[in-house]
Amino acid sequence: MSNSLQQLAESLGETFADKLDSVVENVGELTVELSADNLIEVATELRDSETFAFQQLVDLCGVDYSQYSQTEWQTNDASRAGFSRGVDAGVTMGRLQFGDELDSVANEGRRFAAVYHLISYRHNRRLRLKVFASDDAFPVIPTVTDIWRVADWYEREAFDLFGILFSGHPDLRRILTDYGFVGHPFRKDFPLVGHVEMRYDPEKERVVYEPVSIEPRVLVPRVKREDHRYLSDEPSDEANNNA
Amino acid sequence: MPEIKNYTLNFGPQHPAAHGVLRLVLEMDGEVIQRADPHIGLLHRGTEKLAESKPYNQTIGYMDRLDYVSMMCNEHGYVLAIEKLLGVDVPIRAQYIRVMFDEITRILNHLMWIGTHALDVGAMTMFLYAFREREDLMDLYEAVSGARMHATYYRPGGVARDLPNAMPQYLESRWRTKKEADSLNENRQGSLLDFTEDFTNRFPGYIDEYETLLTDNRIWKQRTVGIGVVSPERAFQLGFTGPMLRGSGVEWDLRKKQPYEVYDRMDFDIPVGTEGDCYDRYLVRVEEMRQSNRIIRQCIKWLRENPGIVMTENHKVAAPRREEIKADMEGLIHHFKLFTEGYCLPEGEAYAAIEHPKGEFGVYLISDGANKPYRVKVRAPGFAHISSMNEMASGHMLADVVAIIGTQDIVFGEIDR
Repeated sequence: MSNSLQQLAESLGETFADKLDSVVENVGELTVELSADNLIEVATELRDSETFAFQQLVDLCGVDYSQYSQTEWQTNDASRAGFSRGVDAGVTMGRLQFGDELDSVANEGRRFAAVYHLISYRHNRRLRLKVFASDDAFPVIPTVTDIWRVADWYEREAFDLFGILFSGHPDLRRILTDYGFVGHPFRKDFPLVGHVEMRYDPEKERVVYEPVSIEPRVLVPRVKREDHRYLSDEPSDEANNNA
Repeated sequence: MPEIKNYTLNFGPQHPAAHGVLRLVLEMDGEVIQRADPHIGLLHRGTEKLAESKPYNQTIGYMDRLDYVSMMCNEHGYVLAIEKLLGVDVPIRAQYIRVMFDEITRILNHLMWIGTHALDVGAMTMFLYAFREREDLMDLYEAVSGARMHATYYRPGGVARDLPNAMPQYLESRWRTKKEADSLNENRQGSLLDFTEDFTNRFPGYIDEYETLLTDNRIWKQRTVGIGVVSPERAFQLGFTGPMLRGSGVEWDLRKKQPYEVYDRMDFDIPVGTEGDCYDRYLVRVEEMRQSNRIIRQCIKWLRENPGIVMTENHKVAAPRREEIKADMEGLIHHFKLFTEGYCLPEGEAYAAIEHPKGEFGVYLISDGANKPYRVKVRAPGFAHISSMNEMASGHMLADVVAIIGTQDIVFGEIDR
C-alpha cells in the first residue's frame, strides 16, 4: 500500500472508527464499506473536513450481487465426455428467457449495493464507498443529493436500472429506459434479450409491443479458471521480461 | 392585451441543434427559461449489460460506440481498467502510440465540437473547415486499424499492430483525375508518422484560421460571453470534469495530476479559463488543440527513434504472432484458448480514469474471477455535464440553450450508453 493510501486509511479509521464496516485496499484503490444508516453522516464529513476534502462525487452506480461467482462451466480437469461436458448449463443469467427463474441466487440479504467514487482535488486522491441495501425486495439507501448535487441523475440511473430506491431524492424518475418501461433491466434476473419487442403494425397503424421472439445466445460460457497462471502473485515470465 | 402564461416547449429529440437525440422539456416565461428538464435515454443500448455477457476483449468494440467522436479514448479507459486488474505491463512503444492516438482523438473530438457548436450558433464555415481536417485524422485511424471511426485498436497489453510504413493512396478514377489524385497523395508518400508530422506542421495554421473566424467575431462573442456561467464551487458540485471544469478556472488535468501511460514524459500546458462562461470554454478547448499538437510532435519524435514491440508477450492476454501459431504447439493452444474462452481476471474491482476530450472518462470494473466482467460501469463525462442543464440554462433565453448544449460538448452515445 502506498504512503498516501496508508495515511488515508489510517485517518479514515481514526475519524469514523466503527461507523465503517471495512476498509480494503486493492490495485492501489481504497474501498470503504459502510451501512446505509451511517452514509449521510460519513459522506458529509468526507466532503467537509480538511483531512479528506472529497469535493466531488465522480460516479455513483448500482450493483446487483445476486449472481456473483456463479459460472456456467465448472470443470477444472479435462474430462472424457468431450465437448458436450459444458453444454448443460441450466438457467444462468446469460441464458434467461421470458418467464424463466434463475437456478441459484447468491448473496441473499446483500443483493444490491450502491458504489460511490469520490475524488479530492485538494489532496489528489480517490476513494470508493460501497453501501449495501439491507432488504433485497425493497432496497433503500438514503440519497446524497444534498451533499453532492451531481448525485441527482446518478441515483435516478441506479433506480432505473436496478430498482434501488434513494430515500429523500427530490425527483426519482426513470431516466434511461423508455417511457412506460416495466422492470429494472440491469438486474441479473432480467434477461439480456429483454421481455418485449416493438414494431410498427401497419394494420393498427400504431406501434405495438409483443413478447420477444429472439432467443438468448451464449457463444462463450462464463468460466472461472483457477490454475496457477491467474494467480496475481506470480506474474508469468513473459510479463516480467517485458517490463 | 391577453395575459401571457408560462408554457412548456418541447425541444427535440429530432432537432438539428440537439446534438443527437436529446429531448428537452422547457418551461418558458415568454422567451426566458424557467426550468429545463432533459429527457435522455433515447440511444440507450445497454452497453454495460452487454459487456457482462461477453469475454473481456469482445467489449472493446462497444467502447468505440459510446462517445463516437472520440473512439480511441473510450477504448483506452476500458483497456486500462483491465490492465490494472490483470497487472499486465504494456510495452513502452505501445504507450507512446496510445498517447499519440489519444491526442489525435482529442483533436478529432474538438474539431467536431467546434464545428457543430459554431454551426448551431450560426457560423456555417467553421463546420466545413473542421470536417476538412477531420478527414486527415480519420485517414490516420484507417491506416492504423482499418476503420475510419470504430477502430478497436487498443487491446489489453498494448495496441493491435504497429504503425504502418506506408499510407494508403488515392487512386485515379472517373471522379478524380490523375493530377488530382497525385496532389492528394503528395504528403502520403512516406510512413504514417511522416503523414502525421505533416499534419502537425499544418494544423497550428488551421487553428489560427478558426480563431480568425471566431475569437474576435462579434456575433460569436455576443452568443457566448456571459452565457452559462459556472463558478468553480458549482462546477465541483455539478460533477464537471475536463474542459468544463478548466473553463471555470480549476487547474485540473488527469494527464498531469494522475499521469497514465507516458504523459509524465510529455511537455504540455493546461489552459484554464477565468470567467466560466461558454466563451472561456471555447478558448480552453482551442488551446487544448494546440497542446495536443505539441504532444503529438513529441510522440512522433520518440516513435521514430525507438522501434520495438507494441503488444505484451504474455500470451495469456494477447494472441501470439501468426508464425508462432503455425509452428509452435503452445502458440496454437494460446491462440485457441484466447479466442474461444478469453482470459480470466483476478477477483476484485478497479476504476481506471483517463482525461477524455470531454472530461474524466472512467471505467469501473467488477470481476468475480470469470472470463467475463461481473459489472462494468462507464463513467461518462457528458452524463454529469448534461445533468447540469437545468442550472445552466435557467434564466437564459431560448436561443442560449443551443449555445449551452454546444459548450457542453454533448454526444449521446456516451450519455445513454
